[in-house]
Amino acid sequence: MKRLYSVLVENRSGVLSKVAGLFSRRMFNIDSLAVGETDDPKVSCITIVSSGEQGTLEQIEKQLNKKIDVIKIKTFAEEESVSRELILVKVKYNKSTRREIMEICEILGASIVDMSKNLLTIQLCDTPERTALLIQMLASISIVEVARTGTLALQKCSLSD
Amino acid sequence: MLGADAMARCLLEEQVKVVFGYPGVAICPFFNSMLAVDIDRVLVRTEQNAAHMANGYARISGNVGVCIATSGPGATNLITGIATAYADSIPIVCITGQVDSKQLGSDVFQEADITGAVESFVKYSYLVKDVEDIPRIFREAFHIASTGRKGPVLIDVPIDIQNAAISKFVYPQEVYLRTYKPTVKGHVVQIKKVIKAISRAERPIICAGGGVLLSEGAHELRDFAHRCNIPVVSTLMGIGVMPTDDPLYFGMVGNNGKSYANRAMNESDLIIMIGARVADRAISQPDLTMDNTVLVHIDVDPAEIGKNVGSHIPLVGDIKTILKDMEKYEIRCDIDDWIERLNEYKRNEPERKPPREEYVDPARFIEMLSDKLNDDAVYVADVGQNQMWSCGYHKVKNGRFLTSGGMGTMGYSIPAAIGARAAARDRQIVAVCGDGSFQMSMMELATMQQHGLPVKIIIFHNGYLGLVREYQYKTYKGHYSVVDLSGSPDFGKLASAYDIPFFKLENMSNADEVIDEFLSIKDPALMEVMIDPLDVVK
Repeated sequence: MKRLYSVLVENRSGVLSKVAGLFSRRMFNIDSLAVGETDDPKVSCITIVSSGEQGTLEQIEKQLNKKIDVIKIKTFAEEESVSRELILVKVKYNKSTRREIMEICEILGASIVDMSKNLLTIQLCDTPERTALLIQMLASISIVEVARTGTLALQKCSLSD
Repeated sequence: MLGADAMARCLLEEQVKVVFGYPGVAICPFFNSMLAVDIDRVLVRTEQNAAHMANGYARISGNVGVCIATSGPGATNLITGIATAYADSIPIVCITGQVDSKQLGSDVFQEADITGAVESFVKYSYLVKDVEDIPRIFREAFHIASTGRKGPVLIDVPIDIQNAAISKFVYPQEVYLRTYKPTVKGHVVQIKKVIKAISRAERPIICAGGGVLLSEGAHELRDFAHRCNIPVVSTLMGIGVMPTDDPLYFGMVGNNGKSYANRAMNESDLIIMIGARVADRAISQPDLTMDNTVLVHIDVDPAEIGKNVGSHIPLVGDIKTILKDMEKYEIRCDIDDWIERLNEYKRNEPERKPPREEYVDPARFIEMLSDKLNDDAVYVADVGQNQMWSCGYHKVKNGRFLTSGGMGTMGYSIPAAIGARAAARDRQIVAVCGDGSFQMSMMELATMQQHGLPVKIIIFHNGYLGLVREYQYKTYKGHYSVVDLSGSPDFGKLASAYDIPFFKLENMSNADEVIDEFLSIKDPALMEVMIDPLDVVK
């Protein structure tokens, strides 16, 4: 089972390592991790995607709550969240593959943000599934390198909010 | 006023009476400032034992224990002691010196990233970067160590911060930590559920852990058990919550515990776990089935609930406060047949096979010793066979039983007993260790003599690392590997080298007189007790 944790922490040095260290020490999985400041510069938000048994997922939340630098944890299932990843893919192209690459970009809504005679850099900001799909589609063509963020997520707004 | 002066002042504000430590250049400014305050400074012989002494001190005084070490190896030597305190939730504050903050990260002489190294063994740690933060950090550190689930906190202070001038020393009255607010009061709905479960139970049992002692709730637990008429078993860390001869007490659980205690757990229909984390040694016993059992789990740490066993009724809060809140419910279990059944199990507990006659029987020796100890004596067991015999046969009255339960750190007993002595000048304190564990901390005999912190020490001498030998006997068919302790010193000569009276007990024939004499002389004293090298725990 996958679960997302949106962890608000004190924006101090060493806090990320404490949180990441907790996961490794207690054998919790980290599928992805992303960190950034929030609107309050004293507070950072660590978004962690983890997977495991129900009991493990509960322990993660409880153990995170014990960390004194952790201010608040919001946790939700994948389907309850709006989640996005940003991916940059550099591919090699030639006359015969250029058309195909552009079609893939068009279909997936990716944009070409840089290019040279032989190389193209493609950007996509979308759900983790669709960024994965982009890699899959480009894999047969010739990927040079890939950079991607961890998943960022916020809980979906409900109608009553 | 320098940072170092401020640190010493903070200890005064926290009413620290004694610190255990070992100096080095990086902590010298602080030790220099300590000269100006009225706090005893105990020089240990290796830093690990400073943490153990702070641990023993904390457990007996009920206050936070303080240990101090220098940067680099001084700090890393503390780690085992910190991990030991963490595993048993003992409140200590560890202060370490650190290299100049401008040189941090450049691997200069005696630099070690101690806050990074201890991260998984501390409740919290600080690296002080601004001298003005010292009062706040010390106030927070003592608060964090001693509240909620207690534990060690480390403060790492670079030498330039110790030497920097602090503009104004104001010790904060209040602690403001927006992320740290441990639950004290138990939720009333949950308390009512517990009461209801008790009223329905036919075979209830309380399993008391070290958390009861940490919340200073032993008295309340005894009252609660007797008022409700519920039998009690304990974990290793919970020994002493009930007097051993209390008619409602049925011994220690776990694979080294009493079989009647385990049967009580297995056959009960309501287990009330209180201040116990239900670790593997306590529950990994054959045939523990809990299908028809309601499990109540009372603990100050919400993360403990459901970590090792699922619970039906969780109740989070300070144990003493919860037990006091439960006083107002009139409830008494009419379960004489259940208690009678447990008593029958107790009567039928098989006798331990005695060792060969030319040796001392450790079980009978410990029973005899504990009968002779004062009502409020402190008994510190080390780790190994001596510990298992101690928890099986020592009879606690209104004293304390200390040991390293979670970490099982050999060499704990002597420094912890010395620390306990610093907290209780007039109590009888006995450390019981094996010849292996004794040699892990025998250097502290000097500390004991130097600082006038005398304790009674008993060495169970069997010439082996007994518990490991027993394991190798059972698991590897007696192929012993690296467990033979030949080469040990003559303990009598060693005692005389430290000017400590020495006793030797070869067999049980004169045990009575030797123990009497050992206990009657003025502290300290060392007794070597000859144990059958082939004796086993059960």
